[in-house]
Parts: sequence; C-alpha cells; structure tokens
Amino acid sequence: MNDLVLFLQLAVQLGTPLLFATLGGILNDKVGNLNLGIEGMMMVGACAGFGVAYHTSSPLLSIVTAGVASLLLSLLYALVTVTFKGNQTVTGFAITILGTGIANFSGESLSGLTLSPSFIRIMGIQIIPVLINIPILGTVLFSQSYLFHLSLWLAFGLYFYLKKTNYGLIMRMVGENPAAADTSGINTTSYKYIHIALGGLLCGLGGAFLSLVFVPRWQDNIVAGMGWIAVALVIFSTWNPIKAIFGSYLFGLLRALSIKYQNISFRIGNNDISITSQIIDMLPYLLTIVILVLTTLSKKRENQAPAWLGKSYFREDR
Amino acid sequence: MLRVVRRASMSLGKRAFLRIASILFALLLTGFILSILKYNSLQVYGEMVFGAVGSSYRIQETINKMIPLLIMGLGLSVCYRAQFMNIGAEGQFCMGVIGATYLIRLSGTSLGAMTIPVMMLFAVVFGGLWCLLPAFLKRFYGVSETLVTLMMNYIALKLVSYLQYSAWKDPKAYGFPKIANYPDEALLPKVFGIHIGWIIAISFVIIIYILLFRSKLGYEISVMGDNFETARYAGMKTTKILFSAALIGGGLCGLAGMIQASGIEKTMNDQISSGMGYTAIIVAYMSRLNPLALMVGSFLFAVLLQGGEYIQSSMRISSDIAEILQGMILLSILSSEFFTEYRVSTRKKADICSSHKTCSY
Repeated sequence: MNDLVLFLQLAVQLGTPLLFATLGGILNDKVGNLNLGIEGMMMVGACAGFGVAYHTSSPLLSIVTAGVASLLLSLLYALVTVTFKGNQTVTGFAITILGTGIANFSGESLSGLTLSPSFIRIMGIQIIPVLINIPILGTVLFSQSYLFHLSLWLAFGLYFYLKKTNYGLIMRMVGENPAAADTSGINTTSYKYIHIALGGLLCGLGGAFLSLVFVPRWQDNIVAGMGWIAVALVIFSTWNPIKAIFGSYLFGLLRALSIKYQNISFRIGNNDISITSQIIDMLPYLLTIVILVLTTLSKKRENQAPAWLGKSYFREDR
Repeated sequence: MLRVVRRASMSLGKRAFLRIASILFALLLTGFILSILKYNSLQVYGEMVFGAVGSSYRIQETINKMIPLLIMGLGLSVCYRAQFMNIGAEGQFCMGVIGATYLIRLSGTSLGAMTIPVMMLFAVVFGGLWCLLPAFLKRFYGVSETLVTLMMNYIALKLVSYLQYSAWKDPKAYGFPKIANYPDEALLPKVFGIHIGWIIAISFVIIIYILLFRSKLGYEISVMGDNFETARYAGMKTTKILFSAALIGGGLCGLAGMIQASGIEKTMNDQISSGMGYTAIIVAYMSRLNPLALMVGSFLFAVLLQGGEYIQSSMRISSDIAEILQGMILLSILSSEFFTEYRVSTRKKADICSSHKTCSY
C-alpha cells in the first residue's frame, strides 16, 4: 500500500514538468503556432534556472530567470515564424537544436555542482497540514513541491482564460481564422507574440522543475525527450488544459513504470508475457496517435486542432 | 511607414546570394557570441573546417556523415513536393535498420552475394510501409501527417531499443545488450576507401532529379503539391500520387538506415540514427527540395557535424558549438526566406494617399 502511494507520488512528480510544458504548448497551438521547440525551451529554462540557483540560492530569482530565458528563446521563434513567416515545423526543430546546444554548452561548467541545502528544502517536498491526512491522495497531492501546486493552478487558470475570458476567445479566433480576426480589428501579430512568449515561459518552468526540484542537479540533456512527450500531450489532451492535467499524470505514471520496473512478466494461459520498459516507453506516442485519429474522426468541434495551426498568415493573401 | 508586399519572383542568382549571405550572417553572429565568451572565433571556425576536410581520412569521415543526410533529404524532398509533410525520417530510418537486420536474422549468410541487395529491399519496404501508414491516415481520415510521423519516430526508436535489449539480444555477448555483428556478406564493400553508399547516393540524386523534373509522376507530384484541387480536377489519381510519394520518401529513409547499419555500424543499435532524421529535414528544407542543391546542403551539414566533433578533441570546446551553429544558420535561412517572398517598401503615408483621391487622411 505504502509502495503504491509512493509510486503515485513519483508519477505525479514526473508528470509536473510535462504539465508545465504541455500548458505552454497549448498556448502556442491555440494561437495557431505549432511549436516543436518545446524541448529546447525546457533545456534553456533548466540550465538558466540552475545557474542562477547555484549562484544566488534564491528560489524566486531562479524560477523567474528560467522562465525569462526560455521566453527569450520563444520570442526568437515568434520573430521567425510570425514576422518572417518562416516554416513553423522547421523553425521549431531549429529552436530545439539551438536551445539544446546553448544549454549543454553553458551547462558544462555547472555539472557536478550541488545547490545549497536551504534552497533544496524550500523547493523540495512541502507537507500541507490537515490535507495530508486524506488517505492515499493526501500523500500523492499534498506532499509535493510548490512548483507542483503552481502547475495545477496554472492549468485551471489557463482553462478559465481560454474558455471564459474575452482575451481567450480572441486568441482562439486568431488560431482558427486569423483573417477574420484581422478584419474585426484585432492585432493578430501582437496576440501571437504575447501567447508564444507566455507559452515559452511555461516551458521554461517545466525545465526548471527538472533541474531545481526533481533531480536537482545539472545533467547534460537533462530534459531527455520530455519536450517531445509534451508535444504529444498537447494533442492527447485535445488542447484542453484540464485534460492536460490527467494526461500529464498518466504519462508520468507510464514513465514511472518504465523507470521502476525494467521488466514486467506475467502469464496468460500458457504464454509468458513480458513487457519491457521500452514497450512502456512506446505507449505515450501510441496512445497519442490513437487519440489523434479518434478526435479527427469524431468531428466534435471543440476537440479539433486549431484550423490555422502550422500556417502563417499574411494579410494581403486573404 | 513600413509596408510588406508580396514579391513577384526573385532571380536564381539573387536567391543564391541571399542564402549565402544568411549563412554568413549566422556565422558572424555566432562568432560574435563566441568572442564574448573569450574564444577566438576565427580559430574555432578554422579548426572546424580543418577537422572536416583537412586530411583524406577526415574527408572520408565527412562523406560518411553526408551519405545518410543526402539520401534521406532526397526522400523527404519528394514527400514535401507532394505537400506530404513527413517529419518521420528518423523513424523510417530506424525501420530500415530493423528490416535489414531482420533479413540477416532470417537468412544469415545463406544468400551469399545477394545478401546486400535483399537487405536493401527489406529496408526500403520497411521504411516505405512505415511512411505509408500516416499517408493512409491523412488520405482517408484527414489526420495530420506532421503529428503522426513525429509520434511514429519515437515508436520506431523504442522498437529498436526493445529489439536490442530483449528480443534480438546476442546471447553470446555475456549479457551485454547488443545485437550480433553483421556477417561479412552483409557489409557494404568500399570504393576509394568509402563504403559504396556514396555511389548509391549519387545515383539517387540523378534518379530523383529525373523523377521530379522529367517524369509524369514528378509532374503530378508538383501539381498536387501546388494545389490539390487542380490535380483532382485534372483527373489525376491523387491517392496514388500521395502514396507513391510516401513510399519513395519512406523507402529512401529506410535505405539510408540500411546503408548506415551495413557501412558504418556493422550492426543495429539504438544510437544509430542519432538525430540524423531531423537534420535531414533541415537539409532538405534549406536546399529548397532540389536534388542538386541537396548535395551542397548535406555536405555543409556534414562539415558542421564532423568539424564539431573535431574541435571537441583538438580545442577542448564542447561540440555543442556545432549544434548552436546549426540552429543559428537554420534560423537565419528561415528568416531570409521572407525576403525572397516579400518586399518591404518604405512608402510614406502621404504617398499612399496621393494615389487615392478620396483618401480622407
């Protein structure tokens, strides 16, 4: 029982960086920009956050730096895709390559360093009184780091922003039909810039969670493909922040399974079946394809990808 | 006031100039960053070029890196010209390796001299089919191929490590997770010190050039890529064209995998693709999907990769510099594309008004 609770707690921890990055991805996609640069942005966030954390030991400053660093990288993405109307897929790859390169290059001097104990105590697991006594869920949800709580509130906040506010409505319109938005006097360029930048900020926080809370050290390639899982999760959650919460923890659970158990063997009838960690690692991507096909088939409007996703908009072409 | 206007067209010479200028811009910018970090940027670039083409051995290494990029770039160009946005080269490459290794496991050395051609066939079929599935989903269910091919990369990669760590693990390797080396019959012969992948690559440059610019299928691909409805009204069999493009693209990526496995690694392992499938996308894109330009583009990126590895040992600078350079060059080229399509004019407000008599402001 205790093992199960600790296992679920690990799954939620592994899901948290995914949740941050997925929310960032949703913001990008919803405004019509397919962002494949998430991995690179997370890398830059992780590196910048760790660097500042090591030198200042200030939690707030290091988190803010992580966010700002990857926000700057996302502004570069916005400059190329929005202003220069570059191909979004290729630009995303370029951002990932550049971000990974910058982070690994500047992180070289950081490897092997440890953060101060007081810093780790503040960033690490915090037990919330009273609520911790709820069976199972108490430990899973209420003995987690501050950043975990931030990610949850951000998910709810983003849902509210997208569905209930005027700005959210307009930014979705920009992603669905920029020409219509432009005609009704909306500045599509600034909407794109702002939301891409905010998306980048969230990706940076995801990276910071890895280097400041989860590991907490600097390692080469610390993000290790989590950014690509986040790209999958954005689709898996059908661009819905609430579903992204569940999706992140589900994918976190799968990752926890593959870390904890290298090999799961069981018997069905006379057949020995063994599932190795590689097979489990495949599942997030397989599930994403299944969900993608199902949502495309279902034709339910709110589950579809934004209509203008991946295309650039030029006013005189409309 | 700045206005952006669509340009009619740009001459080839101007385009080439713009491309070279944007690469130089990226080199300058990265050099500037390097010098802030107290490196001698000229020396870094010099060492990179020296490491890539400085001796016959290094040139061989660079060409080894160029071959898979070129072959995959050719395949991707066919896909992109048909507006089939396949970013799954990495996965199709892996499936090619799996196909080739599967044949070795099936037949061992019994095929003799026919081993290599049959291996190639298996690799092409495996890679092609892996690419056909997203084409099928796109054509009949309207599922975005960009996202499906991206996901399928990771599935293929994990499949390779699954086979390496459990199903196909060499029992004679003392528990070490590796797949048995290929027998000698399955290794590509060498010509001028480099495995014959380079001859295959050059042949495919010519074949794909003819296919794209001199054949009926190539014409149909370009019409369909330009405007799907036009192709349909003209009575072209769009499904057949799409599937052909996907099969050619995936097949060539699979072939590149087989060549890498048989010519370089001599076995299958989960490091074999090492992101080359993504680099190939970039190479195809920056060569404007042109087979001849691809030869230049893939060589340039091979120099970057090889040079990056070299400076790591010679100057003790992390090879991440090469990655940063790749990213910078790419972003610079992507931005420069804007100026081939659009023109920024600096007409003043008054000028616009003077041409409209009823202008109120």
